[in-house]
Amino acid sequence: MSSNNTNHTGYKSYLEEDGGRKGIFKWILSTDHKRIGLLYLYAMMGWFIVGVVLGLLMKLELIAPGKTIMGPQAYNATFTVHGVIMIFLIVIPGLPAVFGNFMLPIQIGAKDVAFPRLNLFSWYIYVLGGILVIISLFGNGPPDTGWTFYAPYSFKTGTNMLPAALGAFVLGFSSILTGLNFIVTIHRMRAPGMTWFKMPLFPWSLYGTAWIQLLATPVIGITLLMVAGERILGIGFFDPAKGGDPLLYQHLFWIYSHPAVYIMILPAMGAISEIIPTFSKKTIFGYKAIVISTLAIAFVGYFVWGHHMYTSGMSGAALWAFSLLTFIVAIPSAIKVFNWISTMHQGSISTEIPFLWAASFIFIFMIGGLTGLVLGSLAVDVHLHDTAFVVAHFHFIVFGGVGFAFFGAMHYWFPKIFGRMFDKSWAKTGWITFSIGFVTLYGPMFYLGIMGMPRRYFDYLDEFHGPNIISTMGALVMIAGFLIILINLIKSARHGEKTTEMNPWGGTNLEWQIPTPPPLENFDEIPVIDKATYKYD
Amino acid sequence: MSDNTNHHIVPYRTYGLILLLLLVLTGTSVAVTQIELTRWATVVALLLASTKSAFVLAIFMHLKFDQNIYKIMATLIILLVAVVIVLTFLDYGFR
Amino acid sequence: MSETIAHHNEHRDDEASKLGMWLFIFTELLLFGGLFVTYAVYRHGHPQAFHLAAEQLDVVVGTINTVILLISSMTIAMSTTAIQKKDKRTTLLLIAITLVLALVFLVNKYFEWSAKIGHGIWPGSPLLEELGRGDTLFFGLYFFMTGLHAFHIIVGMVLLTVVFVRVQKEKLTFDNFQLLENGGLYWHLVDLIWIFLFPLFYLIT
Ligand SMILES: [Cu+2]
Repeated sequence: MSSNNTNHTGYKSYLEEDGGRKGIFKWILSTDHKRIGLLYLYAMMGWFIVGVVLGLLMKLELIAPGKTIMGPQAYNATFTVHGVIMIFLIVIPGLPAVFGNFMLPIQIGAKDVAFPRLNLFSWYIYVLGGILVIISLFGNGPPDTGWTFYAPYSFKTGTNMLPAALGAFVLGFSSILTGLNFIVTIHRMRAPGMTWFKMPLFPWSLYGTAWIQLLATPVIGITLLMVAGERILGIGFFDPAKGGDPLLYQHLFWIYSHPAVYIMILPAMGAISEIIPTFSKKTIFGYKAIVISTLAIAFVGYFVWGHHMYTSGMSGAALWAFSLLTFIVAIPSAIKVFNWISTMHQGSISTEIPFLWAASFIFIFMIGGLTGLVLGSLAVDVHLHDTAFVVAHFHFIVFGGVGFAFFGAMHYWFPKIFGRMFDKSWAKTGWITFSIGFVTLYGPMFYLGIMGMPRRYFDYLDEFHGPNIISTMGALVMIAGFLIILINLIKSARHGEKTTEMNPWGGTNLEWQIPTPPPLENFDEIPVIDKATYKYD
Repeated sequence: MSDNTNHHIVPYRTYGLILLLLLVLTGTSVAVTQIELTRWATVVALLLASTKSAFVLAIFMHLKFDQNIYKIMATLIILLVAVVIVLTFLDYGFR
Repeated sequence: MSETIAHHNEHRDDEASKLGMWLFIFTELLLFGGLFVTYAVYRHGHPQAFHLAAEQLDVVVGTINTVILLISSMTIAMSTTAIQKKDKRTTLLLIAITLVLALVFLVNKYFEWSAKIGHGIWPGSPLLEELGRGDTLFFGLYFFMTGLHAFHIIVGMVLLTVVFVRVQKEKLTFDNFQLLENGGLYWHLVDLIWIFLFPLFYLIT
C-alpha cells in the first residue's frame, strides 16, 4: 500500500473540496463519485419517508375491518404509489447507487468511475423519473393499478397511470446507465495487481447486478412503451378484445421484474459479505464459492420469471419448468448463507452495530428465502397466490433483505463517509426496536395469508381482525425504530464525534487504507495489490 | 491501461467484399421467399438473416479483430435472448 | 474546480469507451428483443393472418431500404479505415454518404407509411378492427417496430453529424477516433435490427 501512517494532515477531504462552487452547486454539479453517491442517498431518504408514510396509512386502514381511514379507491392508489416509490425509486437504485457509487472506485483502487459525467447524468435522470412519479399523483388521480401495471387494466383505468409508467421507464434508463458505468469501471479500472479473484465481494456483487440492470431493464422499458402505445393509440398488443394477450404483458413484465429482485438483493449480499469478515476478524469462508454463486444468481435469475404466473393460465410445460428453475436459483443463495455462517464460526466476533444488522439480515433473509420456496411450489402457490403471505414474503426479502443490509452498510461505512462516528447506544436501540417491529409487522401476514386473507383489499373478514391489529402495532414500533435510526444518523453526520481514524472497524479492503474522510481522488498514488482480499494475520 | 493506439486497419477491399456478400444473401432471401417454401420459409429467412448479422458483427463491427471478451459477451447475450424465447414458448407452444 | 474537471477529461481510455458502447448496444438488443418475443408469440397465434398481411407490404421498397442500409453500413465502416490512413477528406465524404443514405431510408419509410395510412391502416384504425385480430397485431407491430427503428436511425444521424463536425474540426484524428468508431458501432446496430425486421415483415409471406 502507498501509505501506512494513520493521520494524514494537510490534505483536503472530498467534503472540503468543493470545486469553487457555492451552496447546493457543490453537490449537483460535482462529478465526484462520492458526492454523487450521497446525492442518491439524500434523494432516496426523502422518497423513503414518503413510502413509509403510505405504508403506515395502509396498516392504519387495516387495523379494523371495513372502512377505517380510506375507501377502496384511495387504498388502491396508496398501495400503487407505495409500490412504485419503494421499488423504482428506492430499492432498485438501492445499494449500488449509494454505496456502489461511493465505494466501488475506492475498493478497486480507482480514482473515480469510468464515466464520471455520465454518472452525474444518471442521477439527473433519476430525479426526472421521480418528478414524473409526482406528476402522476395529480390530474385524474394517482394510479390504481398496483406497481405491476398489469394489462388490460393499466390501459383501461381512468387514473393518471401514464406518467407513473413513464417515470418507471425513465428510472430504468438511470439504472441502465449506472450498470453500464460500473461494468466498464470494473473491467478497466481495477488497480494493478487486482486480478478478478482478488477483487472484494461488494464490487463483485455490483458486477453481477450491473449485468442484470443492463440486460433486464430494457425489457420492461419496451413493455411500458407498448402499454403507452396501447393507452395513446389503442394498438391492441395486450387488449384481448383486439387479439392481444394480457398474459404476454405478464411474461414481459416479469422477465424484468424477477431479475429486478436480484438487482435489489445481490448488492445487499455483497455488503453483508464485507461486514461479516470484518467483525469476525476472519478471512471470508469460500470466497470463490460466493463469487460464483453471485454470477449464478445473476444468470439463472433471468429464467425464473414464470413463477409469478402460476395461476395465470400458463401451459403445464411452462409451469414445471419455471418451478424447477426457481428451486435451482435458491441454491446459490443458500451457499452464501452457509459461507457467512462458516466465516463467523470460530472467528473473534465483535458485536458492533454493523455486525448486528448483518446477523439479523441473515435471519430475516432466510425466512424470506424459504417462504419464497413455499411460493415456488406449484400446488401450494395455488392456495397462497395473491394472499397476505406473498406480501409478507416479499417484504422479508425486499424490505428485510435490502433494508437490513442497507442499514448495516450505512453504519459500517458511516465513519468513512462522514468522518464522524454515530452514537452507538442510540444505534443499538434503533436496531432492536426496528427488528422487533419488523417481525411483528410482517410475521402475522404469513399466518393471515395461509388462512386465506387476500392482499390488495382495504377490507377483510372479521376473523382476520386479531393478527391485523398485531401487524399494525408492529408497524408503529418499526417506524419508531426507523425514526431513532434516522435521527441518530442525521445528527451524527452533522455533530457526531469527529474521527480521522482510517480503519475504525479493522477492515481489510482498500477503503480502510485511505484517509477518513477520503480525499477528492481517493488515492495519492494508485495502490498495487499483491495479496488476496480479506486476509487477517 | 493505455493501449489507445491498438487498432487494426481493415482494408477497404474487405468491407467491399462483405457488402457484396450481404447483397447476395439479401437477394437470395428475397428470391427464396418468392417461391412457396411454406413452413420452411421462416426458417430459411431467419437463417439467412442470422448469417448476414454474423458478417456485420464480425467484420463491420470488428468483433473478429477485437479482444475475446467482446465475442464472449455478444455470444452470451444472443444465447440469453434465445433462452428467453424458448422459455416463453414453453408456455405458448404447449397451451 | 477546473483542475478536477480537466483531470477527468484528460483520462482517456478508448477501450473503456468502446466497451461502454458495446454494453449500450446490448441493452438496445434486449429492447428490441422484447418486441421480437412479442412478434414471435403473435405470429405463432395467427400464422395465416400474418402471412396474408405481410403480402400487403411492398417487397421492392423493403428490399431497396435493406440495400441502402447495408451500403451505409459499409461506408461508415470504411470511414474508420480512412481516418486511420490520415485521409480526412475521404473520412468526411464517407460519413456524409452514410448520412445521405440514412435520409433516403427515412424518406422511403415516410412514403411507405403514408401509403399505408392512406389505405386506412394505422395503429388502432377502424379498418384494422374490421380486418381482424391477426391484421391488427401484424400492423400494430409493423408500425411500432419500424417506428422505433426509424427513431434509432434519427438518433444515429444526430450522432454521426456530431462525429462529422468533430472530424472536420480535427478533434478526431488518426490516433484518436474512438467516437467515430462508436458512432459506427451504433450505426451497425441499426443495420442489424433491420436485417431481422426486413424478412419478418416483408418476406415471410
Ligand atoms: Cu420472482
